[in-house]
Amino acid sequence: MTMARAATPRRSFLGHSYNLVGVVASLVILAWTLIAIFAPYVLPHPIGDIVDDDYFGPMRQGLWLGSDYLGRDMLSRVLMGARYTVGISLAAVCIACFSGVVLGMVAAVTGGWLDTCLSRFLDAMNSIPSKLFGLVVVAAVGSSVPVLILTLAVIYIPGAYRFARALAVNINTMDFMTVARVRGESTFYLIGSEILPNIMRPVLADFGLRFVFIVLLLSGLSFLGLGLQPPLADWGALVRENIGALPFAAPAVIVPSLAIASLTISVNLLIDNLPKKIRDRDA
Amino acid sequence: MTSRVLNLVLKRLGIAAITLLIVLFAVFFATSMLPGDTASMLLGQAATPEAVAGLREAMHLNDPAILRFLRWLLGLLHGDLGTSYANEMPIATLIGGRLVNTMKLAGITALLSVPLALTLGITAAMLRGSVYDRTVTILSIGLISVPEFMVATLAVLLFAVYLKWLPALSSVNEAHSLTDLVRIYAMPVITLTFVISAQMIRMTRAAVIETLSTPYVEMALLKGASRIRMVMRHALPNALGPIVNAVALSLSYLVGGVIIVETIFNYPGIAKLMVDAVATRDLPLIQSCAMIFCLGYLLLITTADIIAIVSNPRLR
Repeated sequence: MTMARAATPRRSFLGHSYNLVGVVASLVILAWTLIAIFAPYVLPHPIGDIVDDDYFGPMRQGLWLGSDYLGRDMLSRVLMGARYTVGISLAAVCIACFSGVVLGMVAAVTGGWLDTCLSRFLDAMNSIPSKLFGLVVVAAVGSSVPVLILTLAVIYIPGAYRFARALAVNINTMDFMTVARVRGESTFYLIGSEILPNIMRPVLADFGLRFVFIVLLLSGLSFLGLGLQPPLADWGALVRENIGALPFAAPAVIVPSLAIASLTISVNLLIDNLPKKIRDRDA
Repeated sequence: MTSRVLNLVLKRLGIAAITLLIVLFAVFFATSMLPGDTASMLLGQAATPEAVAGLREAMHLNDPAILRFLRWLLGLLHGDLGTSYANEMPIATLIGGRLVNTMKLAGITALLSVPLALTLGITAAMLRGSVYDRTVTILSIGLISVPEFMVATLAVLLFAVYLKWLPALSSVNEAHSLTDLVRIYAMPVITLTFVISAQMIRMTRAAVIETLSTPYVEMALLKGASRIRMVMRHALPNALGPIVNAVALSLSYLVGGVIIVETIFNYPGIAKLMVDAVATRDLPLIQSCAMIFCLGYLLLITTADIIAIVSNPRLR
């Protein structure tokens, strides 16, 4: 019984068909990326300048998103926040996925005690709730951009490792792997030229999901006051700063939340609407 | 239960025990790295170096870390959690009431969210592809994709600011009547329920859909069973294992959720206590709180794994 609704392909590009939701989601992601890169050049006001006599001002001409708790321009602060939220999360997810995937492939190819030790240890790491881990580590060594990036990366290495290892173990049983081994290829060659090309697409989808987790955790930590420290402010910190605006329902507290949501929902939707060929593990 | 299942379960429990030890070790060392010397902090700026040295000696701060770890572990086994540095109260008393508050919050949330999520998840799977299913799916994806504090702020905006039904802050001490109690718990519970249910709905829906695509359900369809009977009699009993697994896993998201929710609503639970302890660098208190959280989390994910093992018919 096939009750599945066939996704309606609307576009064709590079041999894959995309549907509308996927296209819109990728446009939102592209927009935030461009903003993160070019934020300093497009700010309407310097982020530290007090431009409004009133705090938690409403949206109006010149201050398109109102003002924050000190009367600073909210639009500038949100645009600049994109830089920190996207930048830190991207750096962390790159480190996490690179280390996790390399370790996972090595463990799958080598097997034996290395595999057992790595798997046990990383499974144990996985049993620490992520927010708690972030809380303890950031409190222990203080909070700075490099510390945040490393902490977030370490928290998500076990997940990336588990995912990549499970995929690589399947590839490892293939005939071409036996052939490559008989040829006497090195581990480096095996993981780089035989396994990686075969697990690349699901790993990329996993990269996107992990990016969402990291954005959410970073925002959560910043919201608790343990993430980025003033005067720097990412989106989570902007919500924290302006939480006093909640009773007035001022844009200052709503807009940064919406910014986070637009980014994370877009990435999730993009992955959900990827062509099946890219998304599925066994493709 | 055959010996094979028993073996797997025992092995899983063994792994959980080892994991717990590693986690305790990690928590202990992470907190030992907290900046600042506890002894000089406790005595204040006017302390003489001799007094600081004396206190360090009395608190065994000069001992190697591994010795302190073992001493701490031994104390835990005796039920002795140590004394808080900040106000010199036994940690057990500090945590006691707070833990009960957090358990109440978590318990009420679980009672509400489990039936809600199961109903939504199962019905969405039954009506797969319908407008209803798509609405539920999109809403749950949306909820999973946003941070917990955003759910909380939206709940405050909706119920406290626009509708003015509920107060934005909760204070357990002011509860005099049943209505007060409901008003206090409503906001944190609503937020947590949203966060937990979204995960549970997705996992339940996936589990039921997987069983619905098996040959024996197709057989039931072909012999003319109604859709309700097909789901209730044929699919659900077999999806029960994965569903209970999903429930236990989703409940472990409570651990992360309460940290944010207790902070934002100023709820006097153990997570708030821990966030405050991080601010005052109260080492023993952080260790104990972190340990309780890890223990609860580990308990839930181990339960989920064991249920998955026991309910797998292939292992019987």
